[in-house]
Amino acid sequence: MELTLAHYLSLSAALFTIGVFGIFVNRKNIIVILMSLELMLLSVNINLVAFSAFNGDITGQIFAMLVLTVAAAEAAVGLAILVTYFRNRGDIAVEDVNLMRG
Amino acid sequence: MEVIAFSILSTIVLISALCVILARNPVHSVLFLILAFFTSSGLLVLIGAEFLAMLLIVVYVGAVAVLFLFVVMMLDIDFAELKKQFLDYAPFGALVAFVFLAEIAIVAGTMGMERSASFDASPNAETNVEAIGQVMYTDYLLLFQISGVVLLIAMIGAIVLTLRHRPGVKRQSVEKQTGRTREEAIELKDVRPGQGI
Repeated sequence: MELTLAHYLSLSAALFTIGVFGIFVNRKNIIVILMSLELMLLSVNINLVAFSAFNGDITGQIFAMLVLTVAAAEAAVGLAILVTYFRNRGDIAVEDVNLMRG
Repeated sequence: MEVIAFSILSTIVLISALCVILARNPVHSVLFLILAFFTSSGLLVLIGAEFLAMLLIVVYVGAVAVLFLFVVMMLDIDFAELKKQFLDYAPFGALVAFVFLAEIAIVAGTMGMERSASFDASPNAETNVEAIGQVMYTDYLLLFQISGVVLLIAMIGAIVLTLRHRPGVKRQSVEKQTGRTREEAIELKDVRPGQGI
């Protein structure tokens, strides 16, 4: 049996699904929600690199690098928002976030 | 041989991803996240994308996961409280996850994935880094620069969000220091002997 694209695609589909599930299960804990987002971005990266490698086209790896950049930026800003929110409210229960409901 | 390595690594990735979302202690979640990233970089090495694999370790394990660890340890939160209604959303989440997986499976089933069995992560070049470098600074120069701007904005945003000036803390004011003139800084006193100022 040979290593095929299907292996990588099924792995990344499963990983993405775990990430989606994690967002719903940990609805109260925003830190774990951010980690689930990172997992989903990781699965996208695996997908891009797998397509790039199995089709012999380097473009996918460039785009994986851009996704990596955006993921790092998103984690930094998200955690900064989290720290500010904790400083103002004293907890991070995201279910109570309805200040801007109008 | 490659399939065996893939099976082992992907099993570790999936199990550690499950542990990330199910662990009771968020510090354990972060550590499992690090394991997932590390193992998936092994998966990327397996198909020859060495540069991306090393980048994954440097960026994710070296920066993002450590950032998460800092925040988890810095915030004083009762995580047991957050886990109380843990399974309230599990059925709904499982439904959405199932729909996601079914959609992906349908798309993958119609696509015909048998066509590519051989892989080459560094086309038209000796090494993976060379292949990326050949296009990164030529064809995708604009994207490269834009991603730099994205990182800069993220850095400025994070600093602006977390910076605070506490009142009552003595600070150095550079403008005030350099803005002083000789006239206002020095005062001549005529001190008489035995009297003092």
